[in-house]
Amino acid sequence: MKFRLLPLLVLLSTGAHAAGGENLMHAEVDLGNRASLQRGARTFVNYCVSCHSAGYARYSRVASDLGIPEKVVAENMMFTTEKVGDTMQVAMRKEDGEAWFGVAPPDLSVIARARGADWLTTFLSTFYLDPKRPAGANNLAFPDTAMPHVLWELQGLKRASTETRVEGGREVTRVVGLETVSAGLQSDEDYAGTVRDLVNFLVYLGEPAKLVRYKIGFWVMLFLFGFFWIAYLLKKEYWRDVH
Amino acid sequence: MSDEVDKDRRRFLTVTASAVGGAGAVAAAVPFVAYLEPSARTKAIGGPVEADISKLQPGEKMIAKWRGKPIWILRRTEEMIQSVKGLDGRVVDPNSDSSEQPPYAKNELRSRKPEYLVVEGLCTHLGCSPNLILAGAPDAPEADWKGGFLCPCHGSKFDLAARVFTGMPAPTNLPVPRHEYITDTRLRIGADEENPA
Amino acid sequence: MKAVSRPWYAASLEWVDARFPLTKMWDEHLAKYYAPKNFNFWYYFGSLALLVLVIQIGTGIWLTMNYKPDAERAFESVEYIMRDVEWGWFIRYMHSTGASAFFVVIYLHMFRGMIYGSYKTPRELIWLIGMLIYLTLMGEAFFGYLLPWGQMSFWGAKVIVSLFGAIPVIGEWLSTLVRGDFGISDVTLNRFFALHVVAMPLILCALVVVHILALHEVGSNNPDGVEIKKKKGPDGVPLDGIPFHPYYTVKDIVGVAGFFIVYFGIIFFAPEVGGYFIEHNNFIPADPFKTPSHIAPVWYFTPYYSVLRATTSEFMWVVAIGTVLLVLLYWKEFKGAWRLVVPIAALALVGGYFTIDAKFWGVVLMGLSVLIFCALPWLDRSQVKSIRYRGPLTRIALAVFVVSFLVLGYLGTKTPTVALTRAAQVCTVLYFAYFLLMPIYSRIDTTKPVPERVTH
Repeated sequence: MKFRLLPLLVLLSTGAHAAGGENLMHAEVDLGNRASLQRGARTFVNYCVSCHSAGYARYSRVASDLGIPEKVVAENMMFTTEKVGDTMQVAMRKEDGEAWFGVAPPDLSVIARARGADWLTTFLSTFYLDPKRPAGANNLAFPDTAMPHVLWELQGLKRASTETRVEGGREVTRVVGLETVSAGLQSDEDYAGTVRDLVNFLVYLGEPAKLVRYKIGFWVMLFLFGFFWIAYLLKKEYWRDVH
Repeated sequence: MSDEVDKDRRRFLTVTASAVGGAGAVAAAVPFVAYLEPSARTKAIGGPVEADISKLQPGEKMIAKWRGKPIWILRRTEEMIQSVKGLDGRVVDPNSDSSEQPPYAKNELRSRKPEYLVVEGLCTHLGCSPNLILAGAPDAPEADWKGGFLCPCHGSKFDLAARVFTGMPAPTNLPVPRHEYITDTRLRIGADEENPA
Repeated sequence: MKAVSRPWYAASLEWVDARFPLTKMWDEHLAKYYAPKNFNFWYYFGSLALLVLVIQIGTGIWLTMNYKPDAERAFESVEYIMRDVEWGWFIRYMHSTGASAFFVVIYLHMFRGMIYGSYKTPRELIWLIGMLIYLTLMGEAFFGYLLPWGQMSFWGAKVIVSLFGAIPVIGEWLSTLVRGDFGISDVTLNRFFALHVVAMPLILCALVVVHILALHEVGSNNPDGVEIKKKKGPDGVPLDGIPFHPYYTVKDIVGVAGFFIVYFGIIFFAPEVGGYFIEHNNFIPADPFKTPSHIAPVWYFTPYYSVLRATTSEFMWVVAIGTVLLVLLYWKEFKGAWRLVVPIAALALVGGYFTIDAKFWGVVLMGLSVLIFCALPWLDRSQVKSIRYRGPLTRIALAVFVVSFLVLGYLGTKTPTVALTRAAQVCTVLYFAYFLLMPIYSRIDTTKPVPERVTH
């Protein structure tokens, strides 16, 4: 397969949060949807935590925030520790990660805040076969990513369809779409749901306070508008002396 | 300048604004005070600890660490247990009515199993850690010393059930933390049947 | 004499007053400090700046209780505050939002001074002290920005400290001295922490006290630019003055409530402000081996950062022409020996433009773009203070300045392209023209008669 990863991929390049924002898929984040967060948490511990830590998040906090009984968390979600108060560490050593993947898999606690939900959605949805990569897979959002397509069982395998055009005197090859090579356990629709739940969970994980922030904010705003009004009346009353 | 000042209205608004503003200030202080509470990490670290008491010989004491405090585990001999029984008249709080312990340790020997004494090894006076001095030891604080604990800071004396003697600076007996026996030789400190976690 | 029974608080106050000038200070700065009665919207930002300072110090102390100035643990300790510490996220967002709010308020406060000529006689010193506060605040913000030890913290500090390296001869030594290491490291983090939590706040507080004392010595300016002390009543109180307390205290409370609505609105609903207050890349721990693909300083530094980037080697031609034009324009001002010194100095400068790196001149221009505010009291030759009584030239110049400042700020957040760099260069020229041509346009501009008393 001849492949040159050019402009589109450059646009969708690594690092920048907003880079190529118009080319990213749209994430449907809904932190009010507990069921979605719980499903996302399950996918997270089953597929992600074997390589990625979430070293700032505690199982007990996830349990109480998502309304999962601690016992359930302890029995079904904790593979690297016994204590529910522990942070989500990874069994793999950092050096091993570097040896196996070239880079140690990053901690995912705040990944949603660094990358953004849209980017994560695109990343998790656009793995495609690429024999030139050590793990056999490449990615549209993160070209030449070291990460293998961990969710391939669910999504199935995709191949990139490309288009070569001459632009400004140069031959440019672009990925125009992904086509299914072999189906996975989930339909495309179900897989999109899995990704949505996982990203939803990652957004929660990035900032657990988000669950309460808006609610408290509402009352604070209400109070402040009331106080503003009283303060304004007080000012007007005193300033009758001046005017 | 306006003709006349409506003093009532002015006073009313001043009081209202002060009250509402004051309430806001108090509400704003809540997060700042709560911030000083033990954090999730501190609480996780302060969770129950386990101690292996299989190697503890009769008459010996070991120390477990829980929440940064020394927790003594003293395996008492029959003789030691008997020494406690005669002392009710000489201790301040023989029935531990005003001392700190879970209900199952509110007894003369202050323990779940008579053989094992589990207490926080910090004097209830000002927090120094007393020393175990056995009967007949050369540094016994008094002639007829039946064994007990002596605080090096201000001289408080305790018997082998960690009950404080009368006339000492320490006001109450040493506190007993929650604990439970997972097996005969494994002890969990900081938790019991009623307060797992 | 009959003993008069007084309430306990009056007696207590008397006891204190005999030992400390409490009532005297209260009167001097609040109850009997007479401020012009025509303050408008722009006059909220002085007291708001003080409020933000207090918020930053309070939240800063609280954050310091859990923050670890250690390259291995700094990033982690910030997330610890955000998650494990009760209400830690709230205190942290108050501080991060407060940093940006500080600059918003200060910029508006400075703008107020510029439109109403508050820097003019007799308030030059207040303006200069204010500039010192502004510079200290920039240092405070810069040192603080390293502390979360994210990618932006690290590379931002790296770039800014490298600026010192552009200074000829001592540059490299100086930047190593600032870092205390050959690169930004744990050592740098530790000393920036010391500067951020102790040194800068102390200086800031001292300067604020001096700023207010100087203000209360000469009295406040006002939107009309009228000196209220010139018209006093028989009791010695300015006719257009009203006691700060209660009139401006109740008014400032309204300002505080309004400010809080915006401030807490951001904290609770959009603390990142789309990546402008808290940058996305700062959620990736500092990695000395990998620069993020897009780095830009926090928004409040971007206008000056744009000036730095606009200074390319070809832009030096513009700077050279500008230098020559300025000398010709102000030739009549130079007398005696200056007629010899100035042209020689200008020639030497122009020579320097093309022999020393443009990188160095970028740093110089960036520094000048900040410091040039200090010269305002002497650049402004108008007979009147307030823009209300000035002519079209001043208004146009100010509008052009504001636009170029905002555009420079916007461009500083973008990845430079050829077109954007051109735009930044145009704005840089306009930015400096506002100041350097001020002695001319402020003098020849028409003015309207200034009233005797303040207007409503």
